[in-house]
Order: sequence, then C-alpha cells, then structure tokens
Amino acid sequence: MQIDEQLEVETPEGALLTLSLAGPVPRALAYSIDLAIRMVIYGILGAMLAIFGKFGMGLAAILAFFLEWFYPTLFEAFRNGQTPGKKAMGLAVIHANGSPLSFNGSLIRNLLRTADIFPMFYLTGFVACLLSSRQQRLGDMAANTLVVHLADKHDGKTLTAGEHLAPDWHLSRDDQLTLLAYHERAEQLSPQRRQELAQLAYPELPAAQAEWTLAAITRHLIGGQAPAQQAADRPLTGTTGDHETGAV
Amino acid sequence: MKQAQFEQRYRPGWQQLENQLQQLEALRVRKRDKISLDGFLDQYRQLCHQLALSTERAYSLELQQYLNDLVLRAHRQLYRYNPPLMARLGNFLAREFPRAVRRQWRWHLISFLCFSLSLAFTWTLVQQNPDMIYSMVDENGITQIEDMYLPERTAEHTRDSGDDVMMFGHYIQNNIGIAFRTFAGGLLLGIGALLVELFNGAFFGAIAAHLLNAGAGEPFFSFVITHGAPELTAIMLSGGAGLRLGWAILVPGPMSRLAALRLAARDALPVMYGVFCLLLLAAFIEAFWSPRQLDVSIKYTVGSCGWLALYLYLFLGGRRGAGE
Repeated sequence: MQIDEQLEVETPEGALLTLSLAGPVPRALAYSIDLAIRMVIYGILGAMLAIFGKFGMGLAAILAFFLEWFYPTLFEAFRNGQTPGKKAMGLAVIHANGSPLSFNGSLIRNLLRTADIFPMFYLTGFVACLLSSRQQRLGDMAANTLVVHLADKHDGKTLTAGEHLAPDWHLSRDDQLTLLAYHERAEQLSPQRRQELAQLAYPELPAAQAEWTLAAITRHLIGGQAPAQQAADRPLTGTTGDHETGAV
Repeated sequence: MKQAQFEQRYRPGWQQLENQLQQLEALRVRKRDKISLDGFLDQYRQLCHQLALSTERAYSLELQQYLNDLVLRAHRQLYRYNPPLMARLGNFLAREFPRAVRRQWRWHLISFLCFSLSLAFTWTLVQQNPDMIYSMVDENGITQIEDMYLPERTAEHTRDSGDDVMMFGHYIQNNIGIAFRTFAGGLLLGIGALLVELFNGAFFGAIAAHLLNAGAGEPFFSFVITHGAPELTAIMLSGGAGLRLGWAILVPGPMSRLAALRLAARDALPVMYGVFCLLLLAAFIEAFWSPRQLDVSIKYTVGSCGWLALYLYLFLGGRRGAGE
C-alpha cells in the first residue's frame, strides 16, 4: 500500500521505519501558534522594557531579533525538533534518515526561511512543498530535514474477548490485513455500514450474523483466550512458536 | 505464532523500553547520564526484529503502528549527538571560519566585486553630479544622514549611554537580519544575494560621495572606518555564501540539484556562523566606540589596524594544523 504522505526509512539496525510527513496545513497552523506566542512575549517584555527608555528600546530590538531568528532554531535544536507550536500540533523536525535534528540542521532550515517566505506568505515554500515528494520547503531540502507527524498514542492492544471461528476459506495475506483493518475501524463506522460491509463477505447470511461471523474470524486470527467451551472444539490451524514466519 | 501470544510474550520488554524512553524524552540534555539505561540497546534491537516480524506476519495494523512508533522514538534517542559547545567554538574561530571562507573564495570575490563596483559607480556619479543623490536616496533619508554627520548639525544633540544601547540593539536586529536574508536570497538562483550586494554598495557609495561634497567627509569616515571592517566584510561574506547556494542549484555539476544544494548549505554554514560573530562585533564597535569624540588620527589608526587584522585573520588564520 503506497500512501503519498508516508515515507519508509531504513535504520542501521535494518528495521523499516514509517514516517508520516506533515503537509502545509498542519505546519501553517503550528507556525501561527508560534507567531502568536512570539507576539505575546514581545508585547509583554517590550512593554516592560519601554519603562527603561532608550536603553529598553535597545534591548527590545535585540529581543525582536532573537525571537525572529533563534526562537525556532533553539527550540528545534534542543527540544526534540519541536517549537511550542509544533508540539501543540504533534509535529517534529527530524533529519531525513530519522535521526534527531542537529543544531546545524536546525540553523540551515531556519536561516533559509526567508527564501521560503518570498515573495509573501510562504508562497515559495508552499510551492516547494507541493512539488517535493517529501513535503520539504527549500530550507528543508538544503538541511535534508523532514517535518513529521509524531504518533498519536497507540497502546497496541487489540480486542480479543469473544467467540472464535476458523475461516472457512483459504485465507491470503491480503484477506488477513483487510479483516484486521475492518476490525480496527469498526468503531468509527455506523452499525448499518458495518453490517453492509460484512454482507459483502457473507451475502447468504442475515446482516447481524455476517458481522458476528467476521468478528469471530478476526478474533481467531489475532489469537488470545477463547471462551472455555469453544477452545476445545476449535480446529487447530498452524502451530505456535517463533520460528514460524508464514501468515497465521 | 498468533498475535495475542506474540503480544503477551514481548509486552514486558516494550513496557520497559517505553518507561526508559519517557525518562529520556522528559529530561534536559544535561541530566541524561543519570538515568539507568540497562538493556536499552538489547531491547531496541529486539524491538527492530519484532517490528519486522509483525509486518511479515501481517499482524494487525494497530500493533504494527505501535511498534513502529516505539522504534522511531528509541531511534531518535539513540542517535542523538550533543558535542561540547565551547571547545568547538574555539576551534571554529581559530581555524574553521577562515578556512571555510578561503575554500569558497570565488564566491566571496564575486560578492566583493558586485559590492565594490557598484560602490565605485555611484560614488563617481554623485561626485561628478551632486544632484544625482536626490534620485537615489529619498529626501528624508538624506536629511537623517546629514543630521548625523554635518558638523553644524551634530552639535545640537549629545549622545548618552542610553543612545548607545538603543543603537546596539538596532544594529543587531537590522544588520544581522540583513546578512541572514542575503544568505537566504542566494537560494533564489543567487539573484537575491547579488541584489543586496549591488544595492548596499550603491547606497554606501552615494552617501559617502554626498557627504564628501557637503564637507562632512572627516566625521563620516572617522565614524565608519572601525566598524566598517567587520560589518562590510560580513555583508560581502553572506552574499558569497548565498551565491554558493544559488550556483549549486543553477549548475549542480555531477550531482542531483538536491544533493548539490545540501552540500553547498553544509559548506556555507560555517561562513554564516562567522558572519554572525563579525556582525556582533561590528554592532558592538559601532554602538560603543565609533560615536566617541576622539581625535580623528586615533580613530583612523585603530580603524586601519582593524581592517589589517581582520584580513590577516581571514587570509592566514588556520593555515597550520590538521585539516587544511
């Protein structure tokens, strides 16, 4: 399955990491949050510094300089690639090989921001993002960095309580993935839609029973504890053990 | 092996790794060495293996996603590199910066030529034809500059330490911002960087010639000579670094444009660190030394020494030692 916003990176350990790239919209939102934060900081500190007259104006100018150039650079370099805005949006900047952002990388992508803003409203950066296969603006290309969505919190637990039923057809790998996806997304679908989909697999059964059958087969695939009386007459499919690598 | 058994068998390990990761992610960089990381590496390697297994065996996408995220988090912690800052800063100033400038001397030469030729052009123009200044700089700007340097007008106000700090802040915000933008402008096929050099050269030439015409040459040159060394040099260097980027996109050579750009950015970055240091120095001098009312001969002497020292540093710095 090829999805445009996903990028596979191989780590030195040989594991394939899937990164989900962030497009222009969440990034623009993160930027707006950062902009608002910076304006508030400048507003508050600037007002306080104004008391000190010219001396304060000088400090306010330095503050403005740091907020403009080093706010994103320092946050990204020392806070896991996240400015407060990116953190709020669940984004992070990383190097294209999946490793954490270095100071140099952070500085390059933030110094070149001006070119991305040109001529206004990040037009260049937006076009670059659309053209790039990895959603990179110019600064990202030069620094070889990516902006990715960090994971939502998955607990990796799958529902296994309930009846088990062995599939009554030869189950291919694709079938297995389809069933699991159906199971995982079931909660997001309306009951009618769930049953409608289930009847595609079992047109001969009533809707509710078709859904139940599919759920039972899925539980069988995942494994786990079956109710006691079912476990006895459950047909044995496959062996257990970590050496077995085929589809279960 | 069924997914449920798989999860049951390995979940304690994932839990342990997750706890360690939580600690690592929460703490500041400095306190990291106080966490116990027993078994982190082993656990991480096994996790990579388990991720591959879960994909191969087509376990549920939810589980695959969970393992993938865990590998990603562990990878981000494992491959973190935070070298000591101060030692690198010293080495950078002593060796790396002048070396980086010399490695890219062609770009800096082009940048210098743009700046100085356009300076010479407007200077001659305004000197031959004093009214030309009014078609180059708007009247407000001219009045402001005349207020600063014409002897009969500068006597009106005195400068205090508040002024110094205010101007210091202004120079930092304005000049360093310009240098950074010049660098980034180079990315647009070098045009942005070239325009900044041409424009700044022209502006400086026109103003200098105008003040000479108006008889304010001495206050002007004695003011700018000292901080001019780091400031003008830094603006030219940032233009050169920008041109290096633009050229990488225009003429990538035997590489893809993307690879050429990455290489150029990596090469140009040390120059930009140096530009930042030079402009900090320039702002300091411009705010706290240049406005002092001293004998002009002292200012010219100090200023010339500054120019000499800076260019000796850029041409000779870091010639000895490893890596050149």
